[in-house]
This record gives sequence, structure tokens and C-alpha cells, in this order.
Amino acid sequence: MPEYETHDFDVIVIGAGGAGLRAAIEANAKGLRTALVCKSLLGKAHTVMAEGGVAAALGNVYPEDNWEVHFRDTMRGGKMLNNWRMAQLHAQEAPDRVRELEEWGALFDRTKDGLILQRDFGGHRYARLAHVGDRTGLEMIRTLQQKAVADGVEVFMEVKVLRLLRDADGVVSGAVGYWRPSGEFVAFTAKSVVLATGGIGRSWMYTTNSWESTGDGVAMALWAGADAIEMECVQFHPTGMVWPMSVRGLLVTEAVRGDGGVLRNSDGKRFMFDYIPEMFAAETADSEAEGDRWYDDHANNRRPPELLPRDEVARSINSEVKAGRGSPHGGVFLDIASRLSAEDIRRRLPSMYHQFKELAGVDITAEAMEVGPTCHYANGGVRVDADSTATTAPGLFAAGELAGGLHGSNRLGGNSLSDLIVFGRRAGIGAAEFAEGRTGRVTVDEGEVASAISAALAPFERDGGENPYEVHHDLQTTMQDLVGIIRTGSELEEAMGKIEALEERAANVSASGGHQYNPGWNLATDLPSMLTVSRCVAQGALNRKESRGGHTRQDFPRPDPEMGSVNFVQGIPTSTTDTSGAGGTPSVRSITITPVPLPVMPDELMALMELKEAY
Amino acid sequence: MADEIVRQYVDSASTTGNVTMSVWRGDAGGGGFVEYELEAKEGEVVLDVIHRMQATQAPDLACRWNCKAGKCGSCSAEINGKPALMCMTRMETLPTGEPITVAPLKTFPIIRDLVTDVSYNYEVAKRIPSFNPRPKTNDELKAGGYRMAQIDVERSQEFRKCIECFLCQDVCHVIRDHEENKTTFAGPRFFARSAELEMHPLDVTDRRAILREEQGLGMCNITKCCTEVCPEHIKITDNAIIPLKERVVDASYDPVAWLGRKILRRTKASATEARATSLVSGPPAVQPDTAVRGIPTAVAE
Repeated sequence: MPEYETHDFDVIVIGAGGAGLRAAIEANAKGLRTALVCKSLLGKAHTVMAEGGVAAALGNVYPEDNWEVHFRDTMRGGKMLNNWRMAQLHAQEAPDRVRELEEWGALFDRTKDGLILQRDFGGHRYARLAHVGDRTGLEMIRTLQQKAVADGVEVFMEVKVLRLLRDADGVVSGAVGYWRPSGEFVAFTAKSVVLATGGIGRSWMYTTNSWESTGDGVAMALWAGADAIEMECVQFHPTGMVWPMSVRGLLVTEAVRGDGGVLRNSDGKRFMFDYIPEMFAAETADSEAEGDRWYDDHANNRRPPELLPRDEVARSINSEVKAGRGSPHGGVFLDIASRLSAEDIRRRLPSMYHQFKELAGVDITAEAMEVGPTCHYANGGVRVDADSTATTAPGLFAAGELAGGLHGSNRLGGNSLSDLIVFGRRAGIGAAEFAEGRTGRVTVDEGEVASAISAALAPFERDGGENPYEVHHDLQTTMQDLVGIIRTGSELEEAMGKIEALEERAANVSASGGHQYNPGWNLATDLPSMLTVSRCVAQGALNRKESRGGHTRQDFPRPDPEMGSVNFVQGIPTSTTDTSGAGGTPSVRSITITPVPLPVMPDELMALMELKEAY
Repeated sequence: MADEIVRQYVDSASTTGNVTMSVWRGDAGGGGFVEYELEAKEGEVVLDVIHRMQATQAPDLACRWNCKAGKCGSCSAEINGKPALMCMTRMETLPTGEPITVAPLKTFPIIRDLVTDVSYNYEVAKRIPSFNPRPKTNDELKAGGYRMAQIDVERSQEFRKCIECFLCQDVCHVIRDHEENKTTFAGPRFFARSAELEMHPLDVTDRRAILREEQGLGMCNITKCCTEVCPEHIKITDNAIIPLKERVVDASYDPVAWLGRKILRRTKASATEARATSLVSGPPAVQPDTAVRGIPTAVAE
């Protein structure tokens, strides 16, 4: 077996987006030896792509905003499938976390009084998103990155982590991976591990996600004995670019609609007025005139339907396109040009202006954008304890997109960035406390290290195996066609079978060339996690026989109260010895699914749900 | 399903003939340009073509990328000799009828193919004295956050648009043509970072002496190459470097300013205090070994 280097820390954090950075800063501040391990260069994680803002009830624009309203909006947006305690902590702590970013150097846009400015977004009752134009994620990751570097957090860049390691008692005690630049292997031992690896979007053909979003964290957590919940609730963002094909799926921020942009079909009609669901009817404008007045006067008007939660808008666009009222390239029109002055558009949406100008040759100050739904976000993920972010595997903590619960079946825009800093910090504390309480020398099973390394190297030794790019392409086609925005039982059954077949193919891929920075080989080692999370999504979708939030079943088009009272919990029995999956991991066939009743919300929070506020 | 409609457009994305890509392949031991011929499709960027090469002809072709939207700054390369992001360079903007060359950034050591060792930049970053805000006023403590005017934050916001693609570092002749300067020169990206902190409405650290004595601000002779290649259109030379040079000159040589500082209340922390807050002191950067080890913790002083 090849040699590998080893490093010992108190806490290792895997993933260096917003959640991972925030967790590492916190654990490091507690005086623990902390390492941050990430798959790309520091500062390149997917958080940089977040555009519109970070949701926090600061009350700087609407003093009547508070955590209770934010909590209520989050629960309703998630169609009540959320973990109420996570939603409560999130709403309560987000304002302090945002102000803390400012104390660390972030420069948000300002109100006239000089405080942090907040903008409107779908599903948020008040203008609540602190932002920097439309590059809020970049501001956040840079602030956290600079803070982590200044605090002396040790960073291991461009390391792909393959597996978590456990000690003889089954406590998570480290991880094994390889340096992408050299192809050499590295093992970490740690008293506790934080997973913050982000999303799963790379399993779909059209996605806002980068190559990194392969679901490594969810898959590694399952392999280490943790549970996942609500994996079927994948968020399709309503507005991705649709043309040219090369950028199909690329994110068009919701801030376009928050700042006044409207959706039109090929007849020029604002079609969202035809799709206002019962649940939001009382608070949604029913005429264009009222919707337009709302931007300047929230108190006396109701919000326009373009700002319904993302699941509603994505489904409506899908229906318009299917009905033949789409734009030339299979989307709908998003019009900001006729709503704001050219100067305002360039100032408030500079990234969108450049993105369309440079990639599509479209001037958004003069023409409408063509947009359509694109795979965006995993609402579900690793099951965690709300307060500590502890997973069901001892020693393992999880925060950020890969953790499930906060968003229920559908996340509101802006709640992802606040999720990262609220639960990133809590993960840092949780992991630090676990590490401090752990006595004795941390040991890992060297056999596990050896088997992970030999499985990772197997594609080099296999002659004439399949090209990993082809397996990945077929997985993306399968998920796009059969586990997309609208699902049916028969197609999901078909997807389950196809994923099993793809797993067999992935177990037989070959890699050519050397170990050093070899993308074909790197992809081969990403396939096991992609297949595992894809299976979870398909299996969850098959079991959730209702339509709720980000999960829509054509054969069960309505929400079902009984289904809405349970989480679908997925896991792999810790007793499994199966290594027949891709890369020597447990087969996707070993993933089990069980309905578990939702945690019961206390009466005082339930009472907030019934507040009858004037919209 | 809507996806059938999508598929229709995938198929209709017309190919626009063939294109020859001349891509640098090799490692620290050497290499050269290798030609690949493949289909060109409407609306594609250089990175799309590189990805198709990886999927069909060269699975081990090394290149960095993440967002493919001009937001992460990973896919920097020299395309037909010009430093640019591969994800933001549309194929149709490049001359036809001749091979398109794609080479790694020249200023940094090769790891493999299009991937270079950019750890020099991460080393310099550690030597910029970190953000050091003034305390909140009583009013701000009550309001919950600092008060700053939009017009005052905008100057620093321009520099915070930086996506750290390091194209400005790559094109800067001070280090592009003089390896030895890497120990005494921070480079345009980090002058912009210092400018951002200098102009930050809350920051109280004075970085001028460090800029002059340790980070080689004076070595920049304002050829504006950095500004030209910046994909975020940050006016690095005009808005960051020149104002910094002016501040440094004022601080070091202007007798009136000197007298003013003696008489008036000092609002910025001194250079010594600034040095004390930076993680690493001494020469601004060293070029580490080619093997990237994250941000090296032990640095030869």
C-alpha cells in the first residue's frame, strides 16, 4: 500500500464554505487545535455563488420585523416539515451572526441611517436580506476566510476526503483522503469531526452547483452510521439561465424579483397571478396594481406573486413552458428592464448585468432575461440535533447545506447564508465540547485507511474499464429526466433501478495518467458519493407519496397531512459489512428508509403560526 | 416533462464547425503544447471546450474550475497569450481559422497542465495586518450595529469585489519577469486588499510603512496591466495603488503632513502596532516548494 502522511488535531472541519469556515473559527477560538480541510483552494467554495443576501430579522428597514416573524416565514416556506427548534435558533441568532460579520470587516450596503440595508425576497414578510449588491456570498466567504487566516486556523487546501474513520467503539475519529495536486494520501485523526461539505447538485444535468457539490458529506455521514432526512426535497431554483446551452442552469438571483422584476410568458402576461396557492392567497396581491404598490408600501398592500416561495414559482414556470407559453429557448421571461432604470439595475444587480452581457450577449437593462428552473439546493440532509449539530454518529457534527431540518421541504431565499453562520458556529461549539470531553488517545482503524486508499487507487489498476465521465453523464441524465422537478412513481422506480446499474458501472471505471491533479481519476472517486445521494433522493421521493415544498409528485398532486407529519429517515445499518458499492463503499441497496414522526412544536411557537397579521 | 423540451434545445445548439485547441500539457519537469481537434458549439466558453476535451479525449487534463460563472476565480489561464478566466471567455470572441492556445499562468510554478501553484498569494495574504475596527459608539451599541454611509463603504466595496483569480498577479511584470521580487513585493491583488482596509470606514490600523518597507509598493510603476485583466473591472491602479502611493508619500516625506500628525490627534494605529496584529511578519512572501501543502504554517523567514 502507498505511504500516507498523518496529522492529528482536536477538531477537523471538512469543507471550507461559509459553514466550515465559521465552525473552524469557533473551534479555533476555543483554543482547540483545528484544521480546515477543503476540496478546492480556500475561498472558492460554493458560498461565493450566493447572490441575493443573508436573511436576518435585524429590523433595520422594517422595525416591526423580529425573530418570531422570521421563524413563522421559515416554517411556512418549508411547509411545516422543518425541525422547529432549528428554525427557532436560526431566526433568533441570525441577526447577531450578521452583525458579527460586520465586526470582522464585511461591508454590507447601508440604509439612509447608516445601518445594514435589507432587501425583499420571496416568502419573507419584511425586507430582511442584508446584502452587498448581488454578491453577498463572496462578501461572506471572504470575510470568514480573512478572519480564519488572521486567527491562524490551519488549512489543508485541495484535499479530497474519501471516508470518515472510526475508532474501535465506533466513534468518528478522523478522515482519509488525498491531496489533489500530488495524488498522495493523507489521514487525519481528531477528537471530533465537523462535516460542512455543501450540496448535491452535481448529480443533475442543469444545476447552479459547481463540480464540488457531489454530496460527499451526506454520503460519508451515511457510511459512518449517521442518518439523513428529507433528501427528496431538492430545491429547483425558479430562475436559472436557459440560453446559451453552455450556461443553462446558471443562477439568476431572486434579488431580481425582490427588486421589482416580474415574470412574463410568451403572451407578455404576468402569469404568476394564475398560480397563487390557497396557503398564501390571503397575503398575495391579486392585481398587478396592488403588487406594484407593495414595493413602496408594504403596510397597505400585499406582495406580488412573483415573490411566492421558490417551489411555487418553479412549478408555475414549469407549467407555463409545458403549456406552450414559454420563451424561445424553453424558459419564461424575467423582466427588470421595464421596471428599474438602467443605472439602478447596474448598481443593484451588477453581477447579473455582467453575467448576461458577457455570457449571453443580453443587456438586461434593455431586454428581458430568459429563465427557467434549475437544480439548486438540498433542503434535506444529515439529521442533526438542533442545538449542538451532533449527528446520530458519535463524534460527528454537520452544518450548512448538507445538514437537514432547518428548511423543511423548501428553503426560503436568504436562509441558506444565515444557516451557514448560525449553525456553523454551533457546529464549532458542539465539536469543541465533544473534543474537550473525549479522553485518551484517539486511534483509528488502519485497516479502514488501507481499504479506502486501495479502493481509491483501483481505477488505475483496472484496464479497459469505463470512462468515469460517461457514468457521470448518464447519472445526470437519469436524475434530470426521472428525479427532476415533477416526479411520478413509475419514473422513480425506474430511477432506482438505473442508479443500481450505474453503481455497478461506477465500480468498474478506469483512470489513465498519473496521480497528480488528474480530473478523470478525481471524478471516479466522486462517483460513490454522487450515487449514494442520488439513491437517497430517488428513494425518499418514491416514499413521500404527496406533493410538498420542493417535492412534487404528479401521481400525488396534493399535500397529505399524514405524510406531512413524518420525516423520512435514511441510513445504512452500522452492522453492514457490504463493500460492493462503487469505490468499496456500502452499496446503494443497503440504504434503508423509515418514517419517523416530526418533533412536536411547543404550543407557544405553534401560536405564532396562527398570527393573523395584516399583509 | 419539461426536460424533453430542454433536450430539444440541447440538440438544436448548432455546432459551428471544428476548432483546434493547443493546450499546454506537462508538469514541473517540463512539457509543451498539444493540439486537440473537436466540435465547437454555439455560445460556448473556453472552459466548456476544455471540459469536453476531458470527457472525450484527455480525462487527465488538469485544470481548476468551480463556479463556471465568473464568481470564484479558479479557472484563470492564458488564452491566446492573454490572461483571462476560461469560464468568461466566449469562443466566438477568439479568432477563427487558427489554433486557440491555452496555457497555465506564467508567474506561478507549474503543478500540472493548466494548474499552477498559487500559494505565493496565500502567503502574502497572511502578511496583511488584519481588519482592526474602532469600538462602537454608544449610539451604535444601542442601534446594534456600526453606522456607515453608503458613499463611504463604496470605496472599499469596489476592492471587495475581487474574486482572487490572481490574473493581476500573473500579469504584473514585477513578479512575472523577476522571480526574486516575490520575497519583497505583495502584488496588485494585495495592494487592493490593503487599499480596501486603508479606506475601510471602521479600520484604525496604519499600513503605510509596511506597504513601503515590506510590500514593495514603490516597485509598481503603474503600467495598469493589472487593471486591464481584472475580470471584475476593479480599477486597481487608479483607485487602489495610486491612492496608496500618495498616502505612503504623505506619510514618509511630506513635512506639512508630518507636522500635522505631530499636532493633531492620531486616529490610526502605528506601523509597529500593525505589525503586531499581522499573523506573520517579515518579508511579504516567499515562493514555497512546488508541492502545495495548503497554507504552509512554517515559513522560512
